[in-house]
Amino acid sequence: MTTDHPNHAHTCAQVRANPKFKHLTRQRALLAWSLSGVVLAIYYSFIMVVAFVPAWLHLPLYDGSHLSLGMPIGVTIILLSWLLTAWYVHTANTRFDVLSSQILQETHA
Amino acid sequence: MKRLFALLALSPLLANAAPITAEKQPLNLHAIGMFFIFVLATLLITWWAARRTRSAADFYSAGGGITGFQNGLAIAGDYMSAATLLGLSSLVFAKGYDGFVYIIGFFVGWPIVTFLMAERLRNLGRYTFADIVSYRLDQTRVRSFAALGSLTVVCCYLVVQMVGAGQLIKLLFGLDYRTAVVVVGLLMLVYVIFGGMLATTWVQITKAVLLLAGGTTLVLMAMSRFDFSFETLAAQAVAVHASGVQIMGPGTLLADPINAVSLSLGLVFGIAGLPHILMRFFTVPNAKEARKSVLFATVFIGFFFLVVCVLGYTAIVIVGTDPQYYVDGKLGGAMIGGGNMVAMHLAKAVGGNLFLGFLSAVAFATILAVVSGLALAGASAISHDLYASVLKKGKADEKKEMRVSRIATVCLGIVAISLGILFEGQNIAFLVGLTFGIAASANFPVLIMAMYWGGLTTRGALYGGLTGLVSALALVICSPSVWVGVLGHAQALFPYDQPALFSMPLAFLVIVVASKLDRSERADRERAAYADQFVRAQTGLGASMASSH
Repeated sequence: MTTDHPNHAHTCAQVRANPKFKHLTRQRALLAWSLSGVVLAIYYSFIMVVAFVPAWLHLPLYDGSHLSLGMPIGVTIILLSWLLTAWYVHTANTRFDVLSSQILQETHA
Repeated sequence: MKRLFALLALSPLLANAAPITAEKQPLNLHAIGMFFIFVLATLLITWWAARRTRSAADFYSAGGGITGFQNGLAIAGDYMSAATLLGLSSLVFAKGYDGFVYIIGFFVGWPIVTFLMAERLRNLGRYTFADIVSYRLDQTRVRSFAALGSLTVVCCYLVVQMVGAGQLIKLLFGLDYRTAVVVVGLLMLVYVIFGGMLATTWVQITKAVLLLAGGTTLVLMAMSRFDFSFETLAAQAVAVHASGVQIMGPGTLLADPINAVSLSLGLVFGIAGLPHILMRFFTVPNAKEARKSVLFATVFIGFFFLVVCVLGYTAIVIVGTDPQYYVDGKLGGAMIGGGNMVAMHLAKAVGGNLFLGFLSAVAFATILAVVSGLALAGASAISHDLYASVLKKGKADEKKEMRVSRIATVCLGIVAISLGILFEGQNIAFLVGLTFGIAASANFPVLIMAMYWGGLTTRGALYGGLTGLVSALALVICSPSVWVGVLGHAQALFPYDQPALFSMPLAFLVIVVASKLDRSERADRERAAYADQFVRAQTGLGASMASSH
């Protein structure tokens, strides 16, 4: 898929030369990859516990409870996923998008 | 033991396929009545959408005019199939916490899609994920591969859904299996051919709302039996379940760590390789809405999965102790309608026949909506990728392209109906492993590398993608579920049912090695083109701002 704009290559070069662009891409990569790392680390630690020390998850939630520790842990994984997703989307839709539109404006100017 | 694991591990994915010996039930008039209302509503939607579907952009991506919230519901709808409602609740009913572990694996891919893929998908693609893969690579060959990957996944998944639809409808509505398959196929054709993406999206939204509302109502009614106390629920469930207190923690389901990890890799990364889900990102106007839509989808899906989990536990007490839901009234024996009908029995127990009818209609609607999304994704791969881009080199007449897409839809419909009938009563468990295996091992590695790795070349994408596809296919054929279960050999050549742990890293490895070894001039141009692709991926510069509504 090519872009129709005749000066596209020139515009792209201009964008890359903008120090804000470097800032934007670094910030975004840092946030996106660390959040992915966090989610995967939480999930695969959980799977490892399930596979190798399942007894931990069988522990009662509190004395005399039939609910196990595993229940709130499972729910927490889902809640944390929500919160981290919301964090990324919020940051990207405000901070990153502002930066990105500034870059585009400066390029067209 | 391994066989048992394999069946259990797969059952939620093929919930609708599992009740192979399901007997035909008497006609359920409530369910049929409510289903007719749903069909009427969706046909009205299609009629409305048909008048707005003129251009190829309308057909493939609803003109980019869907909002983030609407698209979030539609994505959630694509992902919450009848299998999730019926299969996952039955799994929790049977195995307790193991089902919950499974549910979490089903969910956890969504944040990853949000962080790494949503905005790049929107910024780089137009109609299909092949747009992104072939953005700076050889259009003809890479697109052909991407279309092959899409069509393989679409066809496998369509067969699974069609067989499931036939079984489920036979059970819930008392209709003949073949009639059910033909009805599903024809309705799917009408939605897609006349209404394109716009109708498919709104059918999906309608169904997602119904499913969320139905599930929530059901869980509230069921929890009212326990005074809305999870402690009471847990105490009673532990008291009546055959496994007792074991249902509150991990049991035998994930006892084999390699199979468990392989399964979870397929689930987590398979999402990012399902063409009908990826297509949804092109229906929104910009990256901001794309991100919002996955956030909404993540919230809806997570919520629904929690609901399903609670449903499973409440059913242990409400359905599991009531002989009327068991064959010959034998508690703990075979369940009436097969092991995946737990949610339906629960609906009848707490809401009577009317609510059972409603939930049955929702389950049918769910299958319809999912097969429509699949058919649209398959048709787009044929008309946009193979016809317009590969055959006509991007110079296809738009009218002709639309005609090809409609012919492709009809062909897919015929394939789906005939395979659905052909596979009646067959054990199609392997198709689910194959669908997710290929999505995670062929489509996903090529897609993510095309987005993130400047060194990717045409050769790398082709060799790596094909390696993923062939190895996933080969491993599934050699797995216990096909080699022993279908082909009837004594010993499987490959001990695991899930290929992703092996085929996915292999695909990545071949992509990297083949790209690195590619010293051609074209490869140098492709690597150089990444710089401009990167600018567009980050800023949306030059991304089509299609919005005709």
